[in-house]
Amino acid sequence: MAEEKKKLESTFVNMVLVLTAIALTSALALGFTYTKTKPFADEVRARKLAEAIEAVVPEFDELSKPFKVDGFERLELYHAKKGGEVVGTAVKSVSDQGFSGDVWVMVGFDAQGNVYNTEILEHRETPGLGTKMAMPSFKDQVKGKNPSQFKVSVVKDGGDVDAITAATISSRAFCDAVQIAYDALIKGGGK
Amino acid sequence: MNMWKEFTKGFIKENPVFVLLLGMCPTLGVTGSAMNGLGMGLASTAVLLCSNTVIALIKNLIPDKVRIPAFIVVIASFVTIVDLSLEAFLPDLYEQLGLFIPLIVVNCLILGRAEAFASRKSVGVSIIDGAGMGLGFTFALTALGGLREILGSGAIFDFKFIPETADGMLLFIMPPGAFIVLGFLIAFVNALMKKKTA
Repeated sequence: MAEEKKKLESTFVNMVLVLTAIALTSALALGFTYTKTKPFADEVRARKLAEAIEAVVPEFDELSKPFKVDGFERLELYHAKKGGEVVGTAVKSVSDQGFSGDVWVMVGFDAQGNVYNTEILEHRETPGLGTKMAMPSFKDQVKGKNPSQFKVSVVKDGGDVDAITAATISSRAFCDAVQIAYDALIKGGGK
Repeated sequence: MNMWKEFTKGFIKENPVFVLLLGMCPTLGVTGSAMNGLGMGLASTAVLLCSNTVIALIKNLIPDKVRIPAFIVVIASFVTIVDLSLEAFLPDLYEQLGLFIPLIVVNCLILGRAEAFASRKSVGVSIIDGAGMGLGFTFALTALGGLREILGSGAIFDFKFIPETADGMLLFIMPPGAFIVLGFLIAFVNALMKKKTA
């Protein structure tokens, strides 16, 4: 094998200069990539949010700006209106009871406060177990129900929702997010 | 130097997962399904290719005593670039892998190849090494993920071959399953290599 070429010597000046140069180049490259990709990433995020809202509330022709409710700082609510009348409310809700962190759920209510539909937005639950939250056979249990009569918690906790086998914690987190969404709706989002 | 050998060594003989046992964190963490394994493998390969190339290019400019911080900055930058690009251009894949991408920074496979290979060899061979090792890593993760998915979910690449409502053997999707399947795969590869040399 060819003899190794002489490397730059490890003097104080060399070390400082080289590391500075590398960090500077890296900073420039990252700044550039970020500004180039940000518009695309924002667009993707906005489209996903719009799709989720559309999936969880009755048909509408106008969507209000997101608003907040006191005491539910992390939640965002959207009124869906048709012909100027509120036909439903979409609540971007979150539970911190997940198996590994936050579970974000878009919960839609009709004008009577019944759950119209739900859509799982973001989570870090176990693939193959907690991810089954998104299956209709689980999440549609709350569809059409009003949380004031239907107890949105798993059977094990005395509620009315059948938990997913081997994913009770994820099931709980989902229920928690739906309940929080309803509480926020009642407190400040109701028509 | 035999380029072909440098390329193929990553698949079995020096496979990063089965033989070198490098990068165990993503190996065990993300391989719940074949698709996740494949995606993680390809993302790591992309980073490895970039970092091997750049490190081989600048190896003579880096004073020996600060080579580790220099490598880490180069690797971390590429990981962030892959992260940002995936989020913008392949949002569906990003949704599956998003969490694991930052983990590539601490994947010792990548730092290992920088230290053991790219910082000593020419650019050309380093690229070949990166490609071979990356694809070997991808192959191993896909195999591991595939087996776990077949056993644990009764599916392969999300295509379910047992009744929709039935469950597989849940253990294999959970972390212990990763260790068990990996153990058997390593034993299998070892047996294979013994046969070859004997």
